[in-house]
Formats: sequence, C-alpha cells, structure tokens
Amino acid sequence: MDFFDDIIIDIKQLTFSRGERYICKNMDIRIPRGKVTAIMGPSGTGKTTLLKLIGGQLKPDSGSILLDGDDIPRLGRSELFDAREKMGMLFQSGALFTDMTVFENVAFPLRVHTKLPQDMIRDIVLMKLQAVGLRGAAELMPSELSGGMGRRVALARAIALDPALVMYDEPFTGQDPIAMGVLVNLIKKLNQALGHSSIIVSHDIKETLSIADYIYIIADADVIAHGTPEQLKQNDSDQVRQFMRGLPDGPVPFHFPARDYETELMEGR
Amino acid sequence: MAAIVNNLALLGRFALDRVAAIGRSGLILMHAIIARPQPLIAFPLLIRQLYSVGVLSMVIIVVSGLFIGMVLALQGYTILVDYGTEQAVGQMVALSLVRELAPVVTALLFAGRAGSALTAEIGLMKTTEQLSSMEMIGVDPLRRIIAPRFWAGVISLPILTMIFSAVGIWGGLLVGVEWLGIYEGSFWSNMQNSVDFFDDIGNGLIKSLVFGLVVTWVAVFQGYDSVPTSEGISQATTKTVVYSSLAILGLDFILTALMFGDL
Amino acid sequence: MRNRGVELGVGIFMLVGAIALTVLAINVSGLSLTKQQDTYKIYARFENVGGLTARSKVTMSGVTIGKVSNITIDRKKLMALVEMDIDGDVDYLTSDSSASILTAGLLGEKYIGVTTGAADDEILKEGDFIEDTQSSLVLEELIGKFLFNQASE
Ligand SMILES: Nc1ncnc2c1ncn2[C@@H]1O[C@H](COP(=O)(O)OP(=O)(O)OP(=O)(O)O)[C@@H](O)[C@H]1O
Ligand SMILES: [Mg+2]
Repeated sequence: MDFFDDIIIDIKQLTFSRGERYICKNMDIRIPRGKVTAIMGPSGTGKTTLLKLIGGQLKPDSGSILLDGDDIPRLGRSELFDAREKMGMLFQSGALFTDMTVFENVAFPLRVHTKLPQDMIRDIVLMKLQAVGLRGAAELMPSELSGGMGRRVALARAIALDPALVMYDEPFTGQDPIAMGVLVNLIKKLNQALGHSSIIVSHDIKETLSIADYIYIIADADVIAHGTPEQLKQNDSDQVRQFMRGLPDGPVPFHFPARDYETELMEGR
Repeated sequence: MAAIVNNLALLGRFALDRVAAIGRSGLILMHAIIARPQPLIAFPLLIRQLYSVGVLSMVIIVVSGLFIGMVLALQGYTILVDYGTEQAVGQMVALSLVRELAPVVTALLFAGRAGSALTAEIGLMKTTEQLSSMEMIGVDPLRRIIAPRFWAGVISLPILTMIFSAVGIWGGLLVGVEWLGIYEGSFWSNMQNSVDFFDDIGNGLIKSLVFGLVVTWVAVFQGYDSVPTSEGISQATTKTVVYSSLAILGLDFILTALMFGDL
Repeated sequence: MRNRGVELGVGIFMLVGAIALTVLAINVSGLSLTKQQDTYKIYARFENVGGLTARSKVTMSGVTIGKVSNITIDRKKLMALVEMDIDGDVDYLTSDSSASILTAGLLGEKYIGVTTGAADDEILKEGDFIEDTQSSLVLEELIGKFLFNQASE
C-alpha cells in the first residue's frame, strides 16, 4: 500500500442523497498524490456527482472530503474558491464559454489567476492547444466545434493552470481512436512530467486500465472494489468480473431502479 | 381530514418555498453588490454589458418615446382645446412623461427587451454548465457574470428613461407645434413654468433607478435560479417579464404616493 | 475590432443620456445654470388663497421675483399665511406694498402679484409681512355677487 503514503484527497464516510435515493452512502475513497486514479462504475451511479462533491459544488449530507487537510464541505465561500485554484475539472459536457473563442477559453484561467504578460499567456495557450491537437482551431467559436473537439478544448482549459489535481469526467467519450490514443498519452505524460494527481472517470476499460495506477469501482452508492489494475483483473467477485468484461447480465443491474418490467407492461392494458 | 391536512401541508411547503426563494435572491444580490472591486477586470465586463443591455435597447426606447409623446400631444390637444387652453399641451405632455410614463413605460419595455434576454442568457449558461465550470476554475460567477449585468441594468435604465422623456417631448412638440399650430413660445413657457427639475425630473429619475434595480434583480435571479432545462429557461423568462412588470406597476403607485401624494 | 465598436456604442449611449438630461433640465424645467441665488422670506395673510399652491409664482408688474414656498393657517387670526421666497436682488419692496392673488387667464394657474406703495417706506426684509392683501377671486362668489346686483336693480 505504498500508494497511500501521500494522499491528496481523503474522503471519509461520505453520504449524499438525491431525494430518497442515496448516491453515496458512507463512502471512503483515498486519492494518492501524483498518481492516476480511475473511478469506474455503471452509468448513473454517481461518478459525476462524486467529482462535483470534491469540487465543492454540491454539499454532502455528512462525511468529510479532505483536500490537503482542508475539509471542502466546510470551507467558506472565498476559501472554497481559493481551494478550487488547485483543481482543474473537465466537465462531461465540456462546458466551454460560448461567448469566447477557443483561445480565450483556454486563456481564461490564466488571465484570472495569474499576472503573466500577454505573450506568455499566448505561448501557454498555444502549447496546451497543440497538446490536444487543436492549435489550428484557436480562433473558432465553441459553436463551430464538433462534440469531440469541444471536449478536447475543455481538457486544454482544465490543465491550463497546471493544477495539482485534475479531474477528467469521461475524457475519452466521443473521440476517434487516434485522438483517444493521444489523450491517453497526454494524461499519462502530464501525470509523469508534472506530477499532477489525476482522477479519471471513464467507461473505456482498456484505456483506463492502461493508464490508471489505482481503480475504484462504485455501484449501489458504495465502493464495491478497489485496487491496482492487476488486482482488479484477478478479482473474482461476480460484480467486478461482470463490469470489467461488459456482460449485460449479472449482479450489477443495467437498469435504473424500476418496478417489475412485466407487471408494468401488463398494467397498461 | 387527511386531504385537508395534505392541502395545508402543500400550502405550507409552497409558502416556505417562496420565502426561501426570496432569501436566495437576497443572497445573490448581496454577493453581486459586495464584490471585491477589481476595476481592471470589472470595467471591460461592465462596458460589454452596458452595450448589450443599454445600447441595444436604445432603438425601441427612442421609437416608443416618440410615438407616446405624439399621442399624448394629440389626445391632450383634443381635450384642452375645448377649454381654450391648448397652450398647456406642452405642460401636459412634459409632466405626464417625466413623472409617470417615461419611467414606467421604459421599465416595462426594458423588462421585455433586456430583462428577458438576461434571464435566458444566464439560464442557458447554467444549463450548459458554464457557470459550474467557471466555479471550478475558481471564479465566482456571481461576480463575473451576475454583478456586471446587474450594474449595467441599474445604470442603463435611468439613461434610457431620460432619452425616452426627451424624445417624447420632442414628439409632442412635433404634433403640437408643427402640426396643430400651437404657438411655440407658449408651448415651452407653459412647460417650463410647471415642470420643476428636482420635484418632477428628479423624482422620475429616482423612480427609474428603483425600477432598474428591481427589474435587473428579478432578471438575473430568475436566470441564476432557473431549472437547467429548456423548459426551465422558458419558464424563468416568462417569470422575469411577469414579476418585473407587476413590481414596476406596484412600486410606481407606492413611489408616486410618496413623492407626489401630498400635493 | 468588435471591442472598439462596443466601446463607441456605450460612449454614444452615455452621451445621448447626458444630452437628454441637459435638455430636460434647461428646456423643459427651465432650470437656469446661474441658479441658487440667495432668497429671503416674506409673509402675507390672505382671507382666501383658493387655488394658490406652494411653488406658485410671485410677480411684480408681470415679472417673476420669487415663489410661494409654504401655505399654512395663521392660528391666531385664522387666515391663510403664505410664505414667499423672494429673490435676493429684489430690494425695492416697501412695507406698504400690497399683494393680491391673481389668475393667469380665465382658468389658468393662480399667482401672487405684488405692487409697491408710493412712499419711501422701509424696505421689506427677511421675516417681514405684507399687510395689504387682496384675496383670490372665487368664481362662485363673483357670480353670486353679480346675480345679487342684477336682482336688486
Ligand atoms: N440535478 C439532479 N437532480 C436530481 N437527480 C440527479 C441530478 N443529477 C443527477 N441526478 C441523479 O444522480 C445520479 C447520479 O448521477 P451522475 O451524473 O453522478 O451519474 P454518473 O455516474 O456520472 O453517470 P454517467 O456515467 O452516465 O455520466 C443519477 O442517477 C441521476 O438520476
Ligand atoms: Mg457522469
């Protein structure tokens, strides 16, 4: 367990519910510093929600989320904004600012948080765009980008400030195989060269296994398995095997909680 | 029995929701106003918003002001000419414009033109997670998005109101003097004798300042608090227009009673 | 490029607003820039001020020399007590001046007309009274009188 000598995020007994339904229930997750941690799990189990909890955009019902010793849910408004400067987040939807060009989108975090001169900002932005293969699109508006391009710009923006912790919400979705390979390498490189800690939420098992140092699988509002990719491959619990191999039937339900299918169909008569 | 209790509970929940909404809107206003001033960043943002909120509303204000002034002169003339006091048309047009019509009509048009646009814009930013991603970049959207829009509204409305009054009086002059042939000298002198700068124009300005505050407050709050779906945005936009129009008319009565009630 | 247009637009907007305000101030309300000269207060009691209000003009030979600032009831004499702000440079109102409430046109607004007396009496100062006053013409009374006269003839 040498991973956990140095943890950047320590989540303890986290509970969060939407209405009657628990999204997290007494969840414990530790994110090692300088490593790539993956969070996997069936769609709708609350992975995005977990990232938002870490970012302080949602408040948990109970439990603590320690970022370098600061308990995120208990920070005041301005302290929270300071803490967020240490984080970068790639939103599942990209969430680019539609009234700015691609260039300005990536420059935005630099402009608000640094006092760098114009030409330096320009260089950094072009470097980041180059890294995601979109330097040529710098002057386009977000509405002129394809979905996959938009998400790569959003990724460039998330890493513009070289934050200590980067959270990627499904970075590979909607990318062609080439772009996917580039992004996998990029995340790995950022992690190794700059010592970022990364959290990746992804459904792409092959890619995730190839870059993650440690993996959490969540389902049913809790962590059902965790370990290094090797450990998880060896894991013989039904749930984990089903998920890792993508089988439709098994203990992990593919369906959102619902009443019995047949009863509901019959009722319509 | 159970039904009654249920309904009571519903009513209670509804009331609590309203009060909570008022509280939230107050907090938003507070955060937007008590923003740590960052003139270098804030000023260009304010200019940008003054443009979309104020400058782009100018055409509709000028055109409406012109027509309302002309109609007032025409209506006033037909009434006053029976008493042989048609020179008082200027005074009537000017007083009704600066005290009442300019602040109210401008504010109503503003709510429809700029307020709804503000709500839709902010609501869409929320729906597309732009506000969230801004938060995650460590920038407070209340300061960066809400505050400049709020101030732009508060600054623009009084300016628009002044333009409305001036153009309206010019419209009255066109109809009264150029068309109906009232002697221009008495048109102006009657007006100047009865309009007082502080009591009439000043109070009209105060009204428009209050309306500007309320309309933009409602607009930015509805956008910020909207349900992040396309339906939610359309509802929020409707609410902005309805709530701010009602607020304008209600407040106008109260302010008028306070300002001119003792005369 | 686009920014320049925005700034220009906002500049024009502000300018037009300022011009509108100036036009309203000077042309519409007749605010003169050399305003705020000193005034002094004088008083007059009237039987009836019917229709006179605060801000009505005070004139002499048709020239405005001040305005009514307040109208109350004099509790002792039970008459209307009118307070007037007279422009500071008007230093020729003698203590035997008379004030009457006049009407501009048949249905026009009421104003106070002041005429000075003949004598080189004392000049009115802050707080002095005009003793000789003539009340507002009340149309109903006038008609009543007229009818009465007709009948008695
Ligand atoms: N604003 C909301 N209001 C109510 N429920 C919500 C809201 N957002 C999400 N949920 C619920 O929370 C659950 C978790 O959502 P979340 O977006 O975190 O899932 P996810 O694990 O990221 O799924 P995916 O892999 O499809 O992105 C979902 O089942 C959803 O129904
Ligand atoms: Mg998600």
